[in-house]
Amino acid sequence: MRPIATTRAATGIATGKLAIWWVLASEVVIFGGLLASYVMHRLGHPEWADAAVHTNTWIGAINTFVLLSSSLTAVLAHQAAERGDGKKAARYLYYTIGGAATFIGVKSYEWWYEISHGYTITSNTFWAFYYSAAGLHALHVIAGAVIMFIVARDAAKNLELHRVELIGIYWHFVDIVWIFLFPLLYIAK
Amino acid sequence: MVEPAVDLTHGHHHDDHADHGPKGWLKYVWSTDHKVIAMQYMFTGMFMALVGGFMAYVFRMQLAFPGIDVPGFGMVSPGEYNALVTNHGTIMIFWVAMPVLLAAFGNYLIPLMVGADDMVFPKVNRLSFQVFFVSTIVILASLVVEGGGFAGAWTAYPPLSADSTYNLTPLGSTLWVIGVGLEFVAFLLGGINFITTLMNSRAPGMRAFDVPIVVWMIVVASILFMLSVGPLLAGAIMLIFDQTIGTGFFNPATGGDPILWQHLFWFFGHPEVYVVLLPAMGVVIEIITTFARKKVFAYRTVIFTVVATGVLSFFVWAHHQFIAGIDPRMANIFTITTLLISVPIAELCFVYIATLYGGSITLNTPMLWALAFVAEFLIGGVTGIFLGAAGADIYFHDTYFVLAHFHYTFFPIAIIGTFAAVTYWFPKMFGKMMDDRLGKIHFWGTIIPFNLIFIPLFVLGMGGQHRRIYNYTHFPELALDWFQDMRVVATVSLLIMLAFQFVFFYNWYKTIRHGPKAPRNPWKANSLEWTTESPPPHGNWRPDEMPVVYRGPYEYSTTDREDDYWPQNEPSSRGSA
Repeated sequence: MRPIATTRAATGIATGKLAIWWVLASEVVIFGGLLASYVMHRLGHPEWADAAVHTNTWIGAINTFVLLSSSLTAVLAHQAAERGDGKKAARYLYYTIGGAATFIGVKSYEWWYEISHGYTITSNTFWAFYYSAAGLHALHVIAGAVIMFIVARDAAKNLELHRVELIGIYWHFVDIVWIFLFPLLYIAK
Repeated sequence: MVEPAVDLTHGHHHDDHADHGPKGWLKYVWSTDHKVIAMQYMFTGMFMALVGGFMAYVFRMQLAFPGIDVPGFGMVSPGEYNALVTNHGTIMIFWVAMPVLLAAFGNYLIPLMVGADDMVFPKVNRLSFQVFFVSTIVILASLVVEGGGFAGAWTAYPPLSADSTYNLTPLGSTLWVIGVGLEFVAFLLGGINFITTLMNSRAPGMRAFDVPIVVWMIVVASILFMLSVGPLLAGAIMLIFDQTIGTGFFNPATGGDPILWQHLFWFFGHPEVYVVLLPAMGVVIEIITTFARKKVFAYRTVIFTVVATGVLSFFVWAHHQFIAGIDPRMANIFTITTLLISVPIAELCFVYIATLYGGSITLNTPMLWALAFVAEFLIGGVTGIFLGAAGADIYFHDTYFVLAHFHYTFFPIAIIGTFAAVTYWFPKMFGKMMDDRLGKIHFWGTIIPFNLIFIPLFVLGMGGQHRRIYNYTHFPELALDWFQDMRVVATVSLLIMLAFQFVFFYNWYKTIRHGPKAPRNPWKANSLEWTTESPPPHGNWRPDEMPVVYRGPYEYSTTDREDDYWPQNEPSSRGSA
């Protein structure tokens, strides 16, 4: 049984939604610290452009497209959940998980290609930032997909439908982090 | 160790969430009850305080009597000395001050004081402690692995921390980073609970400005922690990569920068001071207002001041780096922000004194601790002004003046604040009244030696004694006789202070065994935790007796009432003359 505390909403915002925003606030500063460190270094080291030129902008663009599309299905899942259609919400969430899987697949190919051409995390500090930032983001994609699977399984039985929106909010955050990573690591040559 | 005396089925018939889950002692391990989790944090923190205190004993013995065979430890090698001071700092901040003040009292007080039956996410709360427990094991393990514990100072500056050819502790330093990182994760999980519980689970009728100040302080501290620790978590990942797979984030030879770590560390490290300070200040004002029988002076101003302090605390971090080669113009800016932040803290001290002014003061043990906090923290704060000003700091940097300064802040926070809180809420937590006479003996036996430890260290620091030196007899200009005498005074005072802690543990033991039973509201205080049984049952109140709030928590000595206190949950019609 849930405690009375969980059912109260003195702010008028559901507790779960409130909590997810605080989770995101703490995530923003983790990525913020990492990316701010990267940007400061990049500005101080113009020669990193020579390393950045080897990142594959097209693969990055494809992954951006995949991730943005998966956010669309996350929104559609939320819309279905709002209407109380758990089955449809679950289906859209599975599409979103498909997007996550595609993203990770493309990323794996990309990393395999780069590592096999000698660009590893220890090559220099540009590559160290490249693999650390993208790797941390990829971990968030994987974690989000796992949680989404659990939410979708419940949603298919019309259980805990409010969680569809919460995982959607998290998914948009993962998306937005990538929107920062893509230009910083791929476009800025 | 004393078993947490929170009886899950205490007092009345089983309500519907009193009796599920594991039975026997396992119910204390797997409990999701915020009070049990608070006890878990508190006892783990107290155990770690003994570990950290033992470390202080060993290295202080080495400093006062170089080369001595320290009883209970043996000869101290230079490497062991460095590992001891490093882990003393790490443990006292991350495994004592934070778990006890923030986690234990945050967990215990927030639901009780806002009139809720538990945290909003009890399972996340339990997970928070479990992660913390794992982090405790990791940091303790790091002390005994091959090569010994990490010895590169609690600030872990690279390259010393990043390269095992320099620090000689390949395993210890990595475990140290992992342990600290896990501890951060535990407090992020806990913090989300603290913040959302205050925001959403207040009792009906409780407005934002009816919340006791200590709850505000703990929640603001959690927000500060959450917003400052992220960059350091990223930094911890970078440091682990530098240590283990050979990246060069902090290595200039590969395009990295060791100063980056200092920025990431202190961007967290300075707000962290306020993360532990604010809960202690909250505890102290609760005690002062109760035992002065007076309304808190300027409640709203306190809240706004605390928020302002929190915001300012993000803009002072580089005052730790004045000699790290930062731009002198930056040093100017950080000097100004650092001196500015002393204004709100001084204001809080004035508020506390104004609350005392004209009150009918009871000088019992919790009140003595609370008053001592204000007095001792004032010394820590005022000496901080010297260090916040770049001009003076260049001379004081890395001397014992710095060390004495931050012990005059952290000791009042982590030790005085904790004893204040424990002695004040002990009747509620364990249902027994502590012995006041033993409490006072323990108080004076702690406070007097504390000052005798650190006042000599101020003097030594002004005399130029540097920190992190294993044996001063190797440095003729620091081996003067009167310098050595001061070191002996500090060490002997430490021994006396540690000895007096047995009085506290004896008092605890005696109280649990033979102490008189505590009534619901022994201090005649107003906040909601005093309206339930001592100790509170699972769920804090019976479901049909959940409190409703009619006023703020500080209505003491209201003129038109017979009682000099006015509980928050008492309807206005009753009891007024």
